[in-house]
Amino acid sequence: MKLLTCPINGSRPIQEFTYGGAVRDMPAPDAVNDEQWGDYVFHRNGYPEVKREWWYHTASGVWFIAERDVVNDVIVRTYLYSKGND
Amino acid sequence: MPPHRIPAQPGEWIDRTLPITFKFEGRSYKGYAGDTLSSALWGSGVRLLGRSFKYHRPRGVMSMAAHDANVFVEDSPHVKNRRNNLRGDVLPITAKLDVVACNTKGGVANDWLRVNQLFAKMLPVGFYYKAFHKPGKLFPFFERSMRGVAGLGRIDPDIEAVNTPKRYDDCDVLVIGAGASGLSAGVAAARAGAHVVLGDDQPHPGGALGYQSPLHSIARDRLRELLAQAGQLDNLDIRQGTMAAGAYGDLWVALVDNDKLTKMRARALIIAGGAFEQPSVFHNNDLPGVMLASAAQRLMHLYGVKPFERCVVLAANSDGYQAAADLRAAGVDVAAIADLRSGGEPTDLAYRAIDAGIAVHRGHCVYEVHPPRVGFGVAGVVLRKLSDDNRPIPDTNVLIDCDGVAMSVGWAPNGGILYQAGARFIYDDQSEQLVSGTLPQGVFAAGRVNGVYDIDDKITDGTRAGQLAAQHLNLSTGSLPAAPSRAVARSHPYPIYENDRHKCFIDFDEDVQLVDIANAHQEGYDNIELLKRYTTFGMGPSQGKLSNMNAVRALAKLNGAGINETGTTTSRPFHQPVLISHLAGRRFHPMRRTPMHVWHHAHHARFMHAGTWYRPEYYAQSGKTREDCIIAEAKRVRSGVGMIDVSTLGKLEVSGPDARTFIEQIYTGKFGKLDVGRTRYVVACDESGIVIDDGMIARLGEDRYYLTATSSGVAAFYREMQRWAILWSMNITLANATGHLAALNIAGPDSRKVVTQVTNVDISADAIPYMHVREGDVAGAPARVMRVGFVGELGFEVHVPASFGLRVWKALIEAGHVYSIGPFGVEAQRLLRLEKGHIILSQDTDALTYPDEAGVAWAIGKDKAFFVGQRSIDVLRKHDATRRLVGFRIDEHYRGTLPQENHLIIRQGKITGRVTSVAHRSTFGFPLGLAYIAPDQAKPGSHVQIRISDGALVPATVTALPFYDPQNERQKM
Repeated sequence: MKLLTCPINGSRPIQEFTYGGAVRDMPAPDAVNDEQWGDYVFHRNGYPEVKREWWYHTASGVWFIAERDVVNDVIVRTYLYSKGND
Repeated sequence: MPPHRIPAQPGEWIDRTLPITFKFEGRSYKGYAGDTLSSALWGSGVRLLGRSFKYHRPRGVMSMAAHDANVFVEDSPHVKNRRNNLRGDVLPITAKLDVVACNTKGGVANDWLRVNQLFAKMLPVGFYYKAFHKPGKLFPFFERSMRGVAGLGRIDPDIEAVNTPKRYDDCDVLVIGAGASGLSAGVAAARAGAHVVLGDDQPHPGGALGYQSPLHSIARDRLRELLAQAGQLDNLDIRQGTMAAGAYGDLWVALVDNDKLTKMRARALIIAGGAFEQPSVFHNNDLPGVMLASAAQRLMHLYGVKPFERCVVLAANSDGYQAAADLRAAGVDVAAIADLRSGGEPTDLAYRAIDAGIAVHRGHCVYEVHPPRVGFGVAGVVLRKLSDDNRPIPDTNVLIDCDGVAMSVGWAPNGGILYQAGARFIYDDQSEQLVSGTLPQGVFAAGRVNGVYDIDDKITDGTRAGQLAAQHLNLSTGSLPAAPSRAVARSHPYPIYENDRHKCFIDFDEDVQLVDIANAHQEGYDNIELLKRYTTFGMGPSQGKLSNMNAVRALAKLNGAGINETGTTTSRPFHQPVLISHLAGRRFHPMRRTPMHVWHHAHHARFMHAGTWYRPEYYAQSGKTREDCIIAEAKRVRSGVGMIDVSTLGKLEVSGPDARTFIEQIYTGKFGKLDVGRTRYVVACDESGIVIDDGMIARLGEDRYYLTATSSGVAAFYREMQRWAILWSMNITLANATGHLAALNIAGPDSRKVVTQVTNVDISADAIPYMHVREGDVAGAPARVMRVGFVGELGFEVHVPASFGLRVWKALIEAGHVYSIGPFGVEAQRLLRLEKGHIILSQDTDALTYPDEAGVAWAIGKDKAFFVGQRSIDVLRKHDATRRLVGFRIDEHYRGTLPQENHLIIRQGKITGRVTSVAHRSTFGFPLGLAYIAPDQAKPGSHVQIRISDGALVPATVTALPFYDPQNERQKM
């Protein structure tokens, strides 16, 4: 069982967390055609690399970002989301 | 002394003052306390201990450490709570022990399934894959017959359930293995101040020190010293009989002992698990009496059992010569040593063997072993001289009569846990074995897994690993000793000798022969992982502890490649079989109860699970069926007044300057005209336009909103709301008040008359019209009162702090007494809302439902700037709809079987939809429901057919929604 470091609550067993999917930037809905919109909604990149993901500490309700190297199954770092750091 | 026992050995594990009688295969045998089943049987002269999995060949002691699956037993059929697949090598004998061999028909001696070996030529590798898939019709027959003979133990269906608690533990350093390297690693880490746990699967510490060279004073002395050092350290916790079963993420290791599973979280992990001695491959290398030299040494030194009377030692290292010396000391006639190395043994152990009169055949292999004409075991061996390229030379046979062979041709690291922890192994050409290569952070290896064998080298290597682990934890240690160099090769690069006509086993668990590997290779399985799955080597209970290395060597040779190019297989948890009962443990599903739960219980509620909640399904009444109770509860709401506990509803509060904007973006509706004091039905979608939640919104103040959400969906919905609030940088306060507030819905024509008695809120029709909210006092509690119509009658939802829930509920029941108020449960509510045509999220919607399909398109605001799902709904609307949610009814005179939820709508043999909700009885008398159907069938009055489980088609008529009170007058009274 892995450990994950919540930026607020510290290192906790991973069952305390909920995975929230990849961090994605929503395009302006009016600026894209249907295909581009469908690509945003449905398609995810499965390439083995360092992924930026949303994680949620279920017990305390904290959303944060984890950078996870899916090749080595290592969590590189975690931090709270803010507009500047994405 | 019994004939197969030897005089007391220094450090032996048995207590000769405590004889024990036990039963095997229905016969009584004698052993001593401390004996295992295998040692006690071998010590009683029994040579046949089990049957192999496929050919049912006779098997005896191979590793004496359960590194093989030869001796698998189960409790006798008459034993209560029968255990099975017990490993005889490590199963302690007791006076109660009464076991039989697994996997036999008619007992181990007369096992009639042994005929399988006569058909071995007809059971080539991949036989089952190739033979039984055609014709498909017959497969069930094949499967039944195969299942009859396959598998190991038989499960006792009458076994009592056991509750095995888990232990949660943590430590600074976890050391696996209490041999020379493990003990010194533990001591070094503990001396640096770390809290160390050391787990070892044997009953006593020492590892190889205990059985491999205990006649050397150095082994005994070092063990004594290490245990003395360990004994002085309070922060070193040595746990014998504790196996590391598997390693998981971030140094989480499953430790298994006799009683339980311990979930151990370590900050550093040291693996000093030693190495598995490996067999040589030759004809009949599986006969009882052919065993690893270490097994013979375990029998002698740990259990005082004489392994053979007269034996041949097959050696490719000094360990074999040491074993020969040990055997001689135990009174065994060592007829010869066959040394695979043309140069023989370079140390003076060779001279000692020759001086003792042992014939040493350098550059010879054991070519085949012959069984006796009657009985089981070994009658003699054939040695053959080896050519320069390691092939047995015909016509160089040396025949020797003996009753056993001790094999000492090499070692493979016990690396499973290291693999699982993320380590990689590399083949070391100098020691001719796999050694741990790259190690992940915080993981260390010591001793034989590093290719280090000499006792003092192992102590150095262990000390070094212990200090490295301490340094990893930022503890200071003494100066780090240099890593000892690897010993001269203890492993032979290819101890595998073909024998054209006969069986040479690579894998004893699965009866995989050398020829199977060659055939599979010829068929194209030249990749180690594919070869493993096709031949099934390494897939038996011992997971290839004795077969993986030889299979890799065999494949490497066939591919003309090195071991590193060929690769190795991964060994997965568990290291050794673990009792299922250790894993099952207790069930832990916390359930939530509403504040009114005790009242429901006292009034005979039958509870159901609703997500994480207990909810009253209905209230039982004596002499009435479940259905009668439900109908009565529903009718009371239609004609008088009823009350339901809706505390499980999701309850959310949103306030702040951006509250309105936030709600506009989360929900599909437009809220510009939602004045303070008003409520509205809301629908939320995900980004793909799929309906994910619905509920009510109540505007309590300028920028203060109160929302309800579905009971089972609120946790996920609230989570998404939180994320959107972050992404949109909303200046709001968002709170999930689900558990803080209790809620009830009081409904029916008499409901106003009841509520008015206990509240200071003016709830007259003019003061609080339909779809409005007021705040005030209800039965002494601060309350929100909402006019709602979910069940289609005049009704009020009352939300109060959870601590007031029971009090308010009781007050309303009391006030309603004169109106014959009664509670109603979830089933009655489902019926009432169904009659009203209201959907239940995730019952009447699924993972593909967008608002138009579910008939809630009216809840989508037009000309909105943005809401989640809006863009996708626009796309969906460009396509033709494929289904619609409609109401249907079944004729009241229909007497056949009624449809269930999820039964299909069939038109001319094609599926056009499915039933989502159905009521077999309604307050109208006829059955009705909701279903998805094709849009061109959706017109009220259309006739459709529902296919029920037995294939019959039930006619139904599409009916306009709602079934009840189409003018919606009753809820507005």
